[in-house]
Amino acid sequence: MSPLPLATLSGSFAVTLNAYLYLAAVLFAVGFFGVLLRKNTLVIYMCLELMLVASTVALVAFSRYNGVLDGDVFVFFILTVAAAEVAVGLAIIVALFRRRQTVQVEELNALKN
Amino acid sequence: MSDLLFHLFALLVVACALGVVFNKNAVASALCFLLSLVGVAGLFVLLDAFLLAVLLVLVYAGAVVALFLFIIMLLDMQGGDRKRFTKSTILSSTVAAGLLVTGLVSFATHGLVETADPATVKIVGSSLRAYAEQLFTVYLLPVQIVGFLLLIAMLGVIVLSKKFEGLEDVK
Repeated sequence: MSPLPLATLSGSFAVTLNAYLYLAAVLFAVGFFGVLLRKNTLVIYMCLELMLVASTVALVAFSRYNGVLDGDVFVFFILTVAAAEVAVGLAIIVALFRRRQTVQVEELNALKN
Repeated sequence: MSDLLFHLFALLVVACALGVVFNKNAVASALCFLLSLVGVAGLFVLLDAFLLAVLLVLVYAGAVVALFLFIIMLLDMQGGDRKRFTKSTILSSTVAAGLLVTGLVSFATHGLVETADPATVKIVGSSLRAYAEQLFTVYLLPVQIVGFLLLIAMLGVIVLSKKFEGLEDVK
C-alpha cells in the first residue's frame, strides 16, 4: 500500500537524525529563553507552547528514523493535551486579568512575603 | 531537494521563534508563532508524518493561535511590555540560555546518535491505517483518558470563566 506519492519526496535525503535533534534543541532553548525573558504572561505562554512543539519535532524525527509509529502516536496525544492546556491556561489568564487588571508578571506578586 | 527544504524550514522555524521572543507587540509575537508552526508542519511532511502535519496546522495554527489572538485583542494590553528589563533579568536569562547552549554543544560533541540511512527504514508514519490500528488497539486506554481529559478541561474552562453570584472576590 503506497499512501501518497509525496512519500517519495524523502527518498534520498542526506539530512540526519542529529540535524533534527539540533533543531529541536535550539527551538527548545529559544522557547526557554523567552519564558525567562518576557514579562507578558501571554507571550510566556506562547514560548511554553514553542517548547512543547520542539519536543514533538524530536519525537517525530526519532519515530521516522527508527521505523516505529510510537513516537508519532505520542505526538498525537501531545497535540490533544496541548489544546486542552491552552484552553484552561488562557481561561486562567482571563480570570486573572478580570481580577487584577494586568497580565504583567512583575505586577502579579500577591504571594510575595 | 529535501535537504534544501529541511534547511529552509529549519531557518523559518528558528527565525520565527526568535520573532516570538523579541517582538514587543504581542499580536506580532502570535503571528510569528503561527509562521513557526507552519515551518514545523513542513518538517513533519519531510519526515513523512502527513497526518501530524495536517493536525498541527488544524489544532495549533487553527485553534490555539486563533485563541491566543482572540485573548490578546480582548485584553488589549497597549502593545506588550512597558517597563525595561532589569539587569538581573537579562543576566539570569542569558546565563540560563548559555547553560542550554553548553548542553547543546556537549550533545554535539559526545551525544551523536547512530542511525540507519532513512532511505532504508520502512516508512510507517505516512499511512492513516497504521495510526488507526495503533490508536484503537495498543493505545485504546490513553485515547479514553484523553477524551476524559478534554471533557474535564472543558468543564474547567466553563467554571473559570463564569461569574458566580454572591461569592466575594479576594482582592
